Amino acid sequence: MSESHTIVADEKYVFKSETRNRLMIIFALGLLLFIVGVFMAKSGGGHEEHKAAIDISQNLTASIAHDGEHGDAAGEHAGTAPWLKRIYTTLWMNNVFFTGLAVIGLFFVAIQYAAQAGWSVGVRRLPLAMAHWLPIAGVLMLVIWFVVKGDVFHWTHAELYDPQSDHYDKVIDAKGGFFYWPGKHGAFPIFYILRMVLFFGLWYLFFSWIKREMTAEDMDGNVQHWKNSRKYSAIFLVIFAVSSSVAAWDWVMSIDTHWYSTMTGWYLFASWWVTGLAMITYLTVLLKDAGYLKIVNANHLHDLGKFVFAFSIFWTYIWFSQFLLIFYANIPEETVYFIQRRTVSPYSWIFFANLILNFVLPFLLLMTRDAKRHLTMLKVVCPIVIVGHWIDHFNMITPGVMQHDGGLGLLEIGMAMMFLAAFLMITFSSLTKFALVPKNDPMLQESLGHHI
Amino acid sequence: MAHKENFLVGIFDDEDVLLHAVENIREKGVKIKEVYSPFPVHGLDEALGYRRSRLPIASFMFGITGTSLALFTQIWMLGFDWPMIIGGKNHVSLPPFIPVTFEFTVLLAAFGMVGTFLIVSDMKPYKWPRQYDNRSTDDKHVMAIDLAANKIGKDDIQRILKENGASEINEKSF
Repeated sequence: MSESHTIVADEKYVFKSETRNRLMIIFALGLLLFIVGVFMAKSGGGHEEHKAAIDISQNLTASIAHDGEHGDAAGEHAGTAPWLKRIYTTLWMNNVFFTGLAVIGLFFVAIQYAAQAGWSVGVRRLPLAMAHWLPIAGVLMLVIWFVVKGDVFHWTHAELYDPQSDHYDKVIDAKGGFFYWPGKHGAFPIFYILRMVLFFGLWYLFFSWIKREMTAEDMDGNVQHWKNSRKYSAIFLVIFAVSSSVAAWDWVMSIDTHWYSTMTGWYLFASWWVTGLAMITYLTVLLKDAGYLKIVNANHLHDLGKFVFAFSIFWTYIWFSQFLLIFYANIPEETVYFIQRRTVSPYSWIFFANLILNFVLPFLLLMTRDAKRHLTMLKVVCPIVIVGHWIDHFNMITPGVMQHDGGLGLLEIGMAMMFLAAFLMITFSSLTKFALVPKNDPMLQESLGHHI
Repeated sequence: MAHKENFLVGIFDDEDVLLHAVENIREKGVKIKEVYSPFPVHGLDEALGYRRSRLPIASFMFGITGTSLALFTQIWMLGFDWPMIIGGKNHVSLPPFIPVTFEFTVLLAAFGMVGTFLIVSDMKPYKWPRQYDNRSTDDKHVMAIDLAANKIGKDDIQRILKENGASEINEKSF
């Protein structure tokens, strides 16, 4: 294409009341489903049919000394009813999932700046809006942690660290420093909480710096803002590389306290990243449908589609790297993770659904060039990927907490809908606060002439 | 020696002029054989009216062949022809086969695609490439027009080329 210096019109997103109402309806529907789900979980037992499968899985893992103790510990927490534990788990799981979406919004912006990417100028404001969920996610994370810790995080029980107690657990005690340093094992987890606060603090700090530069650029068009954004982005990426990995150990892997996998950091990141990309793509498509983002054309959508396609494969690569090593080594401490998920009946379908939704479908549906360039296919695949990775998060977190009492029912779906509605509400309302198109971005012309 | 193929070769200095020239010349009904340029010119493919390459389809076919061949070989060898116990796993267990299958898929897709590309773009090892004008590797865009393929006469084509900004027009025979 020849140089075409198009004049970019100012675009601002208007959060229409009908959109708001639709989100309210999703929220209300979610609440309704949630309440129905709670009642169903409270009244319906129905665990007998699962018992056979559990026995099998426990026989398989009987050789593991720790698992026996784990079983004891599960019995000991019987004080909390399964339905309440389910609420706690789904709260925690949804918050980890939507934290991921928010922080990936920032990560996407940062990686575009660090790479000096020109093509993405037109779609950069949406991920920035998504990152507005970060402070809320941080507060929720802290609050939920203190509510659910006893039930979700096995390692929070003080007696595990007391050599005199029957429940003393040597393995967890050895890992205790990671949670409790510099305090006493089994007291308040200073190091753990400190990390949580530090990560959200740093993420929010860099979010507000980058956002400040981006909005200031709209006002005066000074190139220095772009340079500053690059600098902040580069530093943020280094911080995010470490913090996302440690966050995965803290928020996901520590639930299965005895189990460890060196892939967890990558695994959670891969899941977050591809979900975030699918969300960015989906929202871009929705906005385009509503008549916004005129400077985004098939070429930009093609790039976003390639991102979703490529990182679906990347996620599968990580999934398989974790699975194959554990499968081959066949060490009981590690295999218990997959045995719990594949052979225990409430989870076995999820194990396979995870692979179909997150690998097979996006891989086949987004393979051709046309699929990535047309709105229709992106509108089909992106929701599949988002739902698929929500199920992936379920698969990571729930079986470790609920053992055989878990399940994916109305309760979980309702909670997810409430979270989604709240997340989108924040995203869209923050999107109204700045221009939808960065008209002063030094890379804008490159984005307009983008052609693949 | 069989009869010679005669070409008109238009030389263009600027890619914008070239792009418009390609569009106008094709509109006049002149068939362009090929355009050579020292760097990729965006939009030239569309201007020349090229159909989308079917290379991805070939690549997919080669890939599928690789997948099936790798799976078949491993299952047949380790499961039936010479069963061996490795790591206490079943003879035929899918997970250990995946890396080999993946690599073989990539290998065949890549080799197949490169081979197909070389063949369809006429870059066979024994083939001596036609140089319409050596400056297409330096600073000029070179447009080759096959005279035999055009109903329009040589003089008319020469005039059309001139009108559309060709800086030089040469004749070339192979």
